[in-house]
Amino acid sequence: MTQQNSFLGFVHRRRRGAELFLLILALAVGIGAYAAVGLGVEGEVPADIIGYGGWLAALTIACHVVVRLTAPYADPVLLPVVAALNGLGLAVIHRLDLADGTTFARQQLVWMTIGVALFAATLVFLRDHRVLQRFTYTSGLAAIVLLLMPMLPFIGVQKNGARIWINLGPVGMQPGEIAKVLLVIAFAGYLVLHRDALALAGRRLVFVDLPRGRDLGPILAMWLISLCILVFQRDLGSSLLFFGIFLTMLYVATERPGWLVVGGTMFLAGAFLGFKAFSHVQVRVDAWLHPFDDFYGSGNQIGESLFGMAWGGLLGRGFGQGSPYRIPFAESDFIMGAIGEELGLTGVMAVILCYGLIVERGLRAALVCRDAFGKLMACGLACVLALQVFVVIGGVTRLIPLTGLTTPFLSYGGSSLVANWVIIALLLRVSDQARRPVPDLSNDTDETSDAETTQVVNLR
Amino acid sequence: MNKPIRTMAIFCMLLFMALLANVTYLQYIAADDLNDASKHPENRRVIEAAFSRERGAILVGRNAVAESKASDDKYKFQRAYSNPFMYAHVTGWFSYYSQSGIENTQNSVLSGDDSRLFVSRLVDLVNNASPKGGTVELTIDPDAQQAAFDGLFKNPGLGSDVQGAVVALEPSTGKILAMVSAPTFNPNKLASHDLDKVEAEDKKLNKREDEPKLNRAIATTLPPGSVFKLVTASAAIETGDYDADSMVPGGPSYTLPHTSTSIGNGGRSCGTDKITMTQALEQSCNTTFLALANELGQDKMLRQAEAYGFNDTSLEDLKGQAASVYPTEDLEDSYLAQTGMGQYDVRATPLQMAMVVSGIVNDGVVMRPYLVDEVRSPDLDVLDKTSTEELSEAVGSDTAHELRKMMVSVVEHGTAGVALIPGAEVGAKTGTAENCSECNDYAWFVSYADKDDKQVAVAVMLQKVQLSNAEIAGGKLAGPIAKAVMEAVID
Repeated sequence: MTQQNSFLGFVHRRRRGAELFLLILALAVGIGAYAAVGLGVEGEVPADIIGYGGWLAALTIACHVVVRLTAPYADPVLLPVVAALNGLGLAVIHRLDLADGTTFARQQLVWMTIGVALFAATLVFLRDHRVLQRFTYTSGLAAIVLLLMPMLPFIGVQKNGARIWINLGPVGMQPGEIAKVLLVIAFAGYLVLHRDALALAGRRLVFVDLPRGRDLGPILAMWLISLCILVFQRDLGSSLLFFGIFLTMLYVATERPGWLVVGGTMFLAGAFLGFKAFSHVQVRVDAWLHPFDDFYGSGNQIGESLFGMAWGGLLGRGFGQGSPYRIPFAESDFIMGAIGEELGLTGVMAVILCYGLIVERGLRAALVCRDAFGKLMACGLACVLALQVFVVIGGVTRLIPLTGLTTPFLSYGGSSLVANWVIIALLLRVSDQARRPVPDLSNDTDETSDAETTQVVNLR
Repeated sequence: MNKPIRTMAIFCMLLFMALLANVTYLQYIAADDLNDASKHPENRRVIEAAFSRERGAILVGRNAVAESKASDDKYKFQRAYSNPFMYAHVTGWFSYYSQSGIENTQNSVLSGDDSRLFVSRLVDLVNNASPKGGTVELTIDPDAQQAAFDGLFKNPGLGSDVQGAVVALEPSTGKILAMVSAPTFNPNKLASHDLDKVEAEDKKLNKREDEPKLNRAIATTLPPGSVFKLVTASAAIETGDYDADSMVPGGPSYTLPHTSTSIGNGGRSCGTDKITMTQALEQSCNTTFLALANELGQDKMLRQAEAYGFNDTSLEDLKGQAASVYPTEDLEDSYLAQTGMGQYDVRATPLQMAMVVSGIVNDGVVMRPYLVDEVRSPDLDVLDKTSTEELSEAVGSDTAHELRKMMVSVVEHGTAGVALIPGAEVGAKTGTAENCSECNDYAWFVSYADKDDKQVAVAVMLQKVQLSNAEIAGGKLAGPIAKAVMEAVID
């Protein structure tokens, strides 16, 4: 009894001081990398280091202050890791800018600012994540609309073989990245209501308990539509991501591993059919198996990336000493190739471990969280990140065929950066709710117990 | 829901571990392979780095035939070949686009990446000096190489568009003392930093019909003709039924079995019926060796040819060695007979024929030919010296002795008189082979010289010269070249 009491009485510490300390380390990574790029490429610390560093520090500190005010119990590790990754990504993009004469880093800093603003807005306006449960169908519909937008005339744009961009006046964006967050919310809201029906009602077929159509139908439709759109847009990476996330959340909600078996089989079958049916899938698989056969054609990007990473070796060439600009699109999908070349295996491992930390912290928030919706959403968001990191880094390092996704927080790309900052805000919100001490209800308990004591009533 | 969340945590951990394992493999284990320019010539990073690094020299004797000189254009060092035409096929070229020859096979040493240079790299790292490549010393004898080069290129009898090759070996070790191929090219032009010019030069060389980049000493196989009679004679003596003085079938002509085709001796004196084996070789009697090949059978002929190194490659220091061929599929008797005089599908490289002579001189033992003698650090400390290796025991030492006697006799009394060097033991065999009725004949000349423990075996092959077929026959053209090379070694 006493043991249970002490467990229930366990209160998470806020650890905001620890977060601040880690954030300073993260800033050192971001600003230090920027200075190192200047030193390595041009032989001097960049002239705008004060302005750049100041802005980066201001953004980071702003995040910290917002978290301190609105989510004081939130996990202290998430924000610093994200800040470090974002800072490193900016530095690497800046390094590629210097080689190619582009200005992606400047734009990326603007996007980061927008991302941080949305991060703050999410935390300020969303005081309880359970509010999102009300928007289950709204966000599902919004996700589908967003996914459809690139198909529209005038604003839809085809880039590098995939029609996943829209053009809104001066800025272009990839609505799929935003849809990713909305779909997780929609899945979580739906599954939390129907999980018992999905898990218990229905018929048993071979090994799997198949749920009733009316329970699975709506969400299946939502998922199938998004998947079809993506396949139609030739966005293999996002299709894989959405499929994985749906499967994961279904499994977590129903606690039935059978779903993983069914889903895994469906995935293999789908992948095989896709390989047979679509030439662009075959090209990808060929480039994966034999990257050097068509080195000056389809295998160029992956081949240069492999050469770059091998050239980097254990410790890397150092900023400015390699030639990461040889990799086409090194600033977006292939940023890990650039990091591998100039920061070496050490840098790549550090980045992968940072992602591991984010995912682990997200899943921890899901575990500690007290409500089912928060659990599902946090788990979904963490798994989205894990899957995305695996698909893109695995593709770049030739573990799996290349599918084309951005590397969260590192790659150049506004929509992706903004969406991922929102994901972190949502995770912080869930973790804040989860770690916040239970409101002290002991007085109420006393009253109720008082009310429930046997009262002698005179019937006479 | 906590159990599936934990399961997902483990699943995510597995994903990340797979990523970590894969990048470790890629950047640590597979990195050496990916950074090897000879395996991945499209890897520009390696080439650019190599152009910016002091690459080790290729030495012949005390002189560098290829070295890196400081350059002040977009790369720090310029590869320079001091005697480009003479050593082109040995050193190869080191261009932005590709490498060949020793530059290719010894790339890891020359670039400084070889594990044997680990200490030197460490010292450079500690001293903050830019790493230097190691040095490779070749087995080439500069005098012999010069003689071979002069013989092919400064020989008015051959004309200016001569095609051919000369190889000289040290029989007791397998060292390649000379290797020249004609026509040749200028590797300096391919090593230039002006990449447009390099591409233009490369295109020009590749378009030429006489294929100047081809190393004819190891990559061109042609019918060896009469010089192959040494192999036939080896097989015959190895049976134990014959020696130098045995009587063998001679006569003015030989009719191929089951045909009406008759092959003569070109007017050389091969008796009317039986002659000695020595006389048969002296006069290069076709009739004798046609009959012997048929009598020995394909098995014995094939075994003897393979014992000398046919149907295989042996040289590891240069890429592109073509295997010399003795047919392995069952032959009809008429074709089998022709293999006895090195015709019909028998093909050999000049290197292979030099190996045959080497084996005879070295008591029947063929040594593996090699070109890299020593590998040295940038400070010229010897890191590695190639150890000699027996390739095969082609014939017994008695057989070898008989063959030597006969080859000397070919010089003293027979067709190879031009090779005579006073004061030295010289043996030789001439050859003329035809590939088709319209084209030019090929002239072959193989020989050895032995004087005061200095030995050399030479093979000369002339594929195309400016002369009619009648004038090519015999050792008239190729003989003096071989003689000059032998003199350069033994004097």
